[in-house]
Amino acid sequence: MSDIVEKTLTALPGLFLQTPGAGGPAAARAPFSSRLGGLIRGITALTSKHEEEKLIQQELSNLKAAVSAPTTTLKMMKECMVRLIYCEMLGYDASFGYIHAIKLAQQGNLLEKRVGYLAVSLFLHESHELLLLLVNTVVKDLQSTNLVEVCMALTIVSQIFPQEMIPAVLPLIEDKLQHSKEIIRRKAVLALYKFHLIAPNQVQHIHVKFRKALCDRDVGVMAASLHIYHRMIKENSSGYKDLTGSFVTILKQVVGGKLPVDFNYHSVPAPWLQIQLLRILRLLGKDDQRTSELMYDVLDESLRRAELNHNVTYAILFECVHTVYSIYPKSELLEKAAKCIGKFVLSPKINLKYLGLKALTYVIQQDPTLALQHQMTIIECLDHPDPIIKRETLELLYRITNAQNITVIVQKMLEYLHQSKEEYIIVNLVGKIAELAEKYAPDNAWFIQTMNAVFSVGGDVMHPDIPNNFLRLLAEGFDDETENQQLRLYAVQSYLTLLDVENVFYPQRFLQVMSWVLGEYSYLIDKETPEEVITKLYKLLMNDSISSETKAWLIAAVTKLTPQAQSSNIVERLIQEFTVSLDTCLRQHAFELKHLHENAELMKSLLPVNKSCEDMVVDASLSFLDSHVAEELSQGAAPYKPHHQRQEEKLSQEKVLNFEPYGLSSSSSGFTGRQSPAGISLGSDISGNSAETGLKETSSLKLEGIQKLWGKEGYLPKKESKTGEETEAPPIPQESVIENVDQTITKKDPSQLLTQSKEEKEKQLLASSLFVGLGSESTVNLLGKADTTSHKFRRKSKVKETKSGETAIAHNMTRSSFSSPTNVTYEEDYYLDNLRDRRDKELNDFTLSAELLDSESLTDLPLVEKLSNCRPSTPSLFADDNMEVFHPPQSTTASLANEISLASLLEETTEHMHSDLMEVCNNDTMSLSSYKIWKDDCLLMVWLVSNKSGLELEGVNLEIAPAENFKITEQPGCCLPITEAENTKNFQYRVQMEKPFTEGTLSGFINYQVMNTHAVQLEFSVNLSLLDFIRPLNISTEDFGKLWLSFANDVKQNVKMSESQAALPSALKTLQQKLRLHVVDIIGSEGLLACQLLPSIPCLLHFRVHGDVLVLWFRSSCSTLPDYLLYQCQKVMEGS
Amino acid sequence: MIQAILVFNNHGKPRLVRFYQRFPEEIQQQIVRETFHLVLKRDDNICNFLEGGSLIGGSDYKLIYRHYATLYFVFCVDSSESELGILDLIQVFVETLDKCFENVCELDLIFHMDKGGLSAAPARAVSAVKNINLPEMPRNINIGDLSIKVPNLSQFV
Repeated sequence: MSDIVEKTLTALPGLFLQTPGAGGPAAARAPFSSRLGGLIRGITALTSKHEEEKLIQQELSNLKAAVSAPTTTLKMMKECMVRLIYCEMLGYDASFGYIHAIKLAQQGNLLEKRVGYLAVSLFLHESHELLLLLVNTVVKDLQSTNLVEVCMALTIVSQIFPQEMIPAVLPLIEDKLQHSKEIIRRKAVLALYKFHLIAPNQVQHIHVKFRKALCDRDVGVMAASLHIYHRMIKENSSGYKDLTGSFVTILKQVVGGKLPVDFNYHSVPAPWLQIQLLRILRLLGKDDQRTSELMYDVLDESLRRAELNHNVTYAILFECVHTVYSIYPKSELLEKAAKCIGKFVLSPKINLKYLGLKALTYVIQQDPTLALQHQMTIIECLDHPDPIIKRETLELLYRITNAQNITVIVQKMLEYLHQSKEEYIIVNLVGKIAELAEKYAPDNAWFIQTMNAVFSVGGDVMHPDIPNNFLRLLAEGFDDETENQQLRLYAVQSYLTLLDVENVFYPQRFLQVMSWVLGEYSYLIDKETPEEVITKLYKLLMNDSISSETKAWLIAAVTKLTPQAQSSNIVERLIQEFTVSLDTCLRQHAFELKHLHENAELMKSLLPVNKSCEDMVVDASLSFLDSHVAEELSQGAAPYKPHHQRQEEKLSQEKVLNFEPYGLSSSSSGFTGRQSPAGISLGSDISGNSAETGLKETSSLKLEGIQKLWGKEGYLPKKESKTGEETEAPPIPQESVIENVDQTITKKDPSQLLTQSKEEKEKQLLASSLFVGLGSESTVNLLGKADTTSHKFRRKSKVKETKSGETAIAHNMTRSSFSSPTNVTYEEDYYLDNLRDRRDKELNDFTLSAELLDSESLTDLPLVEKLSNCRPSTPSLFADDNMEVFHPPQSTTASLANEISLASLLEETTEHMHSDLMEVCNNDTMSLSSYKIWKDDCLLMVWLVSNKSGLELEGVNLEIAPAENFKITEQPGCCLPITEAENTKNFQYRVQMEKPFTEGTLSGFINYQVMNTHAVQLEFSVNLSLLDFIRPLNISTEDFGKLWLSFANDVKQNVKMSESQAALPSALKTLQQKLRLHVVDIIGSEGLLACQLLPSIPCLLHFRVHGDVLVLWFRSSCSTLPDYLLYQCQKVMEGS
Repeated sequence: MIQAILVFNNHGKPRLVRFYQRFPEEIQQQIVRETFHLVLKRDDNICNFLEGGSLIGGSDYKLIYRHYATLYFVFCVDSSESELGILDLIQVFVETLDKCFENVCELDLIFHMDKGGLSAAPARAVSAVKNINLPEMPRNINIGDLSIKVPNLSQFV
């Protein structure tokens, strides 16, 4: 240490005198500016890592002393900071300097400040706690009159800024949008873009100002605002359709070379700007004819202007083509675009070829003939040395697959699969092959062979859905029963053959599939007795390389086979070995097998043959235990408390201090913040896919919500086993499909071919086999969007699922202890389905305060709520049966007619909540009004068209523009050719949300004709908010606890309540009524609420009251929903 | 959006690494290593795009790289960027370095960390990236929008 002090001391005179000291150490003598240079030179001169470490440690300890010494000037500090950055960059810990970096940014002059900011941006990350200390500095600098300081502050804000401090600087940055200097305006826009990225809700109110930025006279500011628009339009394109004109004009100006020459890059005007604009137009014009029409001209111009002389023009061209194909089609442009694609595909430059293939992949959906044009190029690309090109080609082939070319394409994919080693590629490709095979498989043998290949290559990396789907397909089968049996038989045969091969290792997943199939369907095979199959399975069980999860599958298979077997030596041996297994799960399985084995009758009824799809139902309430429980209770045993209740009690004893900070909101997503709040149990994590959890799940029986079929006397069999139906199919010869394909490809008469064209011919043959069925006249089945009859393995019409989705799953649960570890995602669905059914029974178990019980019933009753866009003055439509009042007064004559047409609606609507009637547009002859009905499963929009004139209206047609976030379906029977005079008709549309959002608009138009004269078109739009899609979710507290743990996305925030509702009950009431949440339970000052976003995304809310602060904690399976709900909650709590 | 900029030499030694998404240091090193192995396998005469897969953010991301003499410049971007656009951006980036150092070479990146250019390079790159797709980006880098006002600002030390 002493030498450091010495150094610092000796450095001082040098500083003061501005002359290097004569006798000091070398380092101190050198001017500060070259110290870093010296350090770097020192490091590069070293020979070993160890020496470097020593040097840097020395340097760091010097620096540590220097930065904390009170004598260090800011100038020296700046120099130290630069060296610190260098050390940190080399991977050494310089955390002691972070605080000094912030100080430097705070105190220094321009240059020092800048170094401070630089250091901060390099050292800290977005959630670093020290960052809070920077906020004040940023605020100060934003208010500075010095341009450079403002610039620096804006830059740091757009680099790193704590999300929760945004409100502190937001107004200042908004002001900067009006600044006179364009660089400030531009940086302000970029800072706001950053805010929009990290906290979109906070900048919602400044959307108007972005429009100003878009019209800014400086190109840089305008270009910066495009980033924000690109993002916002991506989220909700319907809200910005009106800007299309502006974007088109801007693009026109750019393409026309109206920008300053500075913006040219290789004499192309602002290429990156053009790309951005084309992307925005693509989003706007998608599926929207009117908007698309606006851009045809400029796209044509861009295509024409992009002379092919430079890389970057290709980039523009590519975007242009993509846009042309994405928007509402225009044949002229499509033709030109197709030509451009040709240029890309045929280009010798590989990058362009790659993009050409990419473009073909998009285009192929609209224009399959284009692939035919380029078929030879595509074939060449299949054998391209670059694996990336090859993969892109396969992607393209995947899109053009149909029943005729499936074998060739899948073969090509498998070839590629065998070569590649990257996990990502394997996962991706395996999924595609499985999908194609399931859809288009030509025959059973091929299907099983292909799936075998998929399982053995994809093995343990593939998506778990693949084996699940495969097994389901086998189990559920399709319409033809004989076909089913053949497929199963073939699968069993091929697996037995595979298991006979010595010294081959199959992936665990494949073995699991095999064991399930063998367990279920070995009875189909004559050749081998169940004993032989069991022997094979036993051999596998004894193999050390097999995971315990797979072993559980294997034992399950053995269990299923045991009742069919005559002798049971091996089974007994197995029981012996595994009842002493160290693995609890295996041991349990073995014990189960043992007990069942002792009771053959029970075993046979429990494990019937070919019943994997039949439902097995047990007594969920465990009522047969009642007498036992009563007995125990009478003998003084403690009553059972659910887990969460025990937890709660424990916590309430411990809870003394609240360590949570107030006033700050924090939001986290993912698994980091997954502790549960005080009121909710901390049980084991139920989501997760690992073998361990899976096993735990299955070993505990899930019995809720299952009908009674197990009586006190045991299983009550419902169905006869249908052995009579079985038809034994002759075994299919196991010939390799691939060989078959080879034959077709190479089938040719060699005598007629010249040797040099042999290769060429082969390619052509391949082409013809690949592109078969792609012609314009043949029915093409692209992307599987339309299910045609060519589907080989169409699943049986889902009778089982309509039985309420629950039964299929329930069966899974009951069997799970014998069959296999079930898929966890299944279980989540299962919970949800289950929860709804149970709500009525369960609800009464919990004590709610009397007041809340009152309000409970309120939510279920029709609650007429005036949303912001409804006219509050209009009397409620169905408040009573007086129909005359509802219609706008100017057309009282029409009201009589309304009564009739609405009569049918009435029945339906009174059951549900609905909004008031609101007029959306009108003219002399007609008026259009709408209202919303909040049905349980969707939002029903009703448009009432009333004819105010005395004339007949013809061809009244209402069209709703497709909106990105919604799924809109027209209710049947709504289109009317003629609307009589003074009559009212209604159109009903079911609206469902596809992606959460806060607000969206539904726009559309109505057109009609008056007595053969001109056609009139009226446009209208209706606002929809997230609340329109929120419904209460009725669940019990236990289920709440389970669900809570299974959700990963959470958001926590403190909200101040207005005085009027500072008490828990009133706050609850507000939430319940305004947001339609369901009150699950109230525990002291905490409340649990649940709701679901239609169709079925649940969201849970836990809240606690501290004085007048409400701590809200949301969790959901959807990552964005909590944010949106929080926003609504805040609005409600503040608003009332 | 650009997620990361990696510059490393033919032996995989990182020369400039900047992530725009926070990763722990070990993960960063792993990403650099894996990227290097991915890129190294590829000949010079095949395409400059790589679909990243598991590396940074999953299937939405791709790697776009260029190879200059001893250095690889790799940009990791998401699907909102144009491939060819980024390829040209790398070109611009390298041209700018070239202007800063007059005939840039790997040694410049090592020895001239102290020249404003490089100790600020990551920061500069950020601002470049933030303004990316802006036509004036080349202009900005050359002049440096701040250095107009503060003449010797680029000289930090």
